[in-house]
Amino acid sequence: MALAKLKSDTTEARLAGVTLPTGAAWANAARADAMARVREMGLPTKRDEYWKYTDPTTLTDAAAGKAALFHNDEAALFDAVDRVRVVFVDGVFDAEASDDLAAEGLEIERLADAMAADIHWAKDIYGVLEARGQKPVPRTLAALNTAMATDGVVIRATAKAAKPVNLIYLHRDETSDAVLHNLVKVEAGAEVTLLETGPAAARFSKLLEVDVADGGTFHHVRAQGRDHERRAVTHCFARIAAESTFKSFTLTFNGVLTRNECVLEIIGDDATAHVAGICVGDGKDFHHDDTVFITHDAVNCESRQVFKKVLRNGATGVFQGKILVKEGAQKTDGYQISQSLLLDDDSQFLAKPELEIYADDVACSHGSTSGAIDETALFYLRSRGVSHDDARNLLTLSFLAEALEEIADESLAEDLRDRLEGWLARHR
Amino acid sequence: MLEIKGLEVKLEEEDKQILKGVDLKIEPGMVHAIMGPNGSGKSTLSYVLSGRDGYEVTGGSATLEGNDLLDMEPEERAALGLFLAFQYPVEIPGVGNMTFLRTAVNAQRKARGEEELSAADFLKEVRAKAKSLKIDADMLKRPVNVGFSGGEKKRNEILQMAMLEPKMCILDETDSGLDVDAMKLVSEGVNALRSEGRSFLVITHYQRLLDHIKPDIVHIMADGRIVKSGGPELALEVENNGYADILAEVA
Ligand SMILES: Nc1ncnc2c1ncn2[C@@H]1O[C@H](COP(=O)(O)OP(=O)(O)OP(=O)(O)O)[C@@H](O)[C@H]1O
Ligand SMILES: [Mg+2]
Repeated sequence: MALAKLKSDTTEARLAGVTLPTGAAWANAARADAMARVREMGLPTKRDEYWKYTDPTTLTDAAAGKAALFHNDEAALFDAVDRVRVVFVDGVFDAEASDDLAAEGLEIERLADAMAADIHWAKDIYGVLEARGQKPVPRTLAALNTAMATDGVVIRATAKAAKPVNLIYLHRDETSDAVLHNLVKVEAGAEVTLLETGPAAARFSKLLEVDVADGGTFHHVRAQGRDHERRAVTHCFARIAAESTFKSFTLTFNGVLTRNECVLEIIGDDATAHVAGICVGDGKDFHHDDTVFITHDAVNCESRQVFKKVLRNGATGVFQGKILVKEGAQKTDGYQISQSLLLDDDSQFLAKPELEIYADDVACSHGSTSGAIDETALFYLRSRGVSHDDARNLLTLSFLAEALEEIADESLAEDLRDRLEGWLARHR
Repeated sequence: MLEIKGLEVKLEEEDKQILKGVDLKIEPGMVHAIMGPNGSGKSTLSYVLSGRDGYEVTGGSATLEGNDLLDMEPEERAALGLFLAFQYPVEIPGVGNMTFLRTAVNAQRKARGEEELSAADFLKEVRAKAKSLKIDADMLKRPVNVGFSGGEKKRNEILQMAMLEPKMCILDETDSGLDVDAMKLVSEGVNALRSEGRSFLVITHYQRLLDHIKPDIVHIMADGRIVKSGGPELALEVENNGYADILAEVA
């Protein structure tokens, strides 16, 4: 079957029975535009170049697969952090379980409320950043999210936020198919930290659009899933203005399929954009894909991509990362590293690092490695009395250290480190 | 303390016999030295005793205080009190020296059913011992051996030994790479640990180290065997005449 036909069949099968939510006129227009993008670009198939390493079928199927509910006795992540908790159960906002949507320096609203307002700042961001990120590579699942999403949260930081906002995604229904769309607008000089935790649903499509104005700071730390069967596609589209800072970190534990796309556009001088991730996967059902695209369109900006994966028992990790330096984006400092630690011969890491540079005064570097535990180091540790498993875990954590260091807040990093240690202790 | 009988070892991957029947008995409190030409199997002996992969024992035995070493995991041997100061200490990026030392000390204590050392006690002890080996605070903070000079790595090995207080210490060419002053420091560190219940096996090419750490018995190893044993004067003979005479004599 020709690819075009396959794509349009996949798309129409998915869209059959989908009705778009309604709200204010601008919101309806944004959704209709997004739907037009979906039809024009077509949903991905495993024959698309951008999906060469990850089969999107279960993400594009009309119905979501089943995912067993997962219980664990660990305290919720970031429990000790003073934060505004915004709870979604299977993709639906739960007011009872959530805190008051208020904190100094922040305006927080439900997406549905914002989309119903005739005049709202969300109009300039909702689907707008997503649409900007559709070139040069289509990200049709993101456009589908923009068209379909009914729930989510919109956050505006007007000053340095008094506390972080924690979006907590609970999963209670084995076949839930959740679509969430969140917006964050960081006004000039303002600062906010967004935390995201939890598996969310059996199938999860989540999109985050972040607009950071001059001198703004956005920190993002999320932990996805844990020994969970969910399938997820997430997108983050960010527009990063002058002298601002954007830092995003994602920890992914076991799951079935996760594709995290991060599309950053640096439009102002002297800005910083970091995106980092750790994934730890066990078993041949585990498939994790980090796809990153960073565009430098300003002078003297720094970007970093630090991705580390620990894979065992036949798990698969994917990294597709690109740095695009546009003409005139001089003094760009771009760094990209993607590494995997393969704990056995059955696991695999597929990487496609790319640089595309149209300016002459830039310093960009990228590297990708895939290796096993260093046997000599392992023996050295064991000869000092450290048990085989402890030695392996110590070496594994040291392999992950560079990525964890990307989290600015030490106590958040410590929380995630504890979780990693727990994972390593369980997966011996 | 350590008793090795007819130990024969070949490489796992190749059909190459390296140790061809090593006999060695070290009593508690004694310091033995092994000298011998390059490639004679000295490091191999130390690795096999401490449990490194890649070797196959084809004959003989090795026991530490009556416990069969060869069947144990490396960490079990360490917990029993065996320690090897490596000829080439290993760099471990990302693992802090301090974390490493503390993990090792506590792992051994735990294996022996002892209580873990508190953070404060541990710190106090490390600082004191590091100071006597002129290892500064910065080196303690850095990742294990990463960016350490050759001599610093060797001093770090001795610090680990001092912290772990093993019963049977094997030092593989700890003197190589040390300047004259460091050699003294390291020797003092070793001598401070000498006691009735602790034995040493010092592998070296040079008499110089044995001037500081006075051995009770010196062995000459050649082609996978101990071909001659004697008192400290044997080391002097090697220093003066090389191995030719000794090897000719035993051939
Ligand atoms: N993993 C290995 N692969 C191949 N050959 C090996 C291996 N390990 C040891 N050998 C060989 O075994 C022999 C003994 O090596 P060993 O390192 O034990 O010697 P040594 O006595 O310590 O020498 P030196 O004084 O140079 O340190 C050498 O010929 C060496 O090349
Ligand atoms: Mg040697």
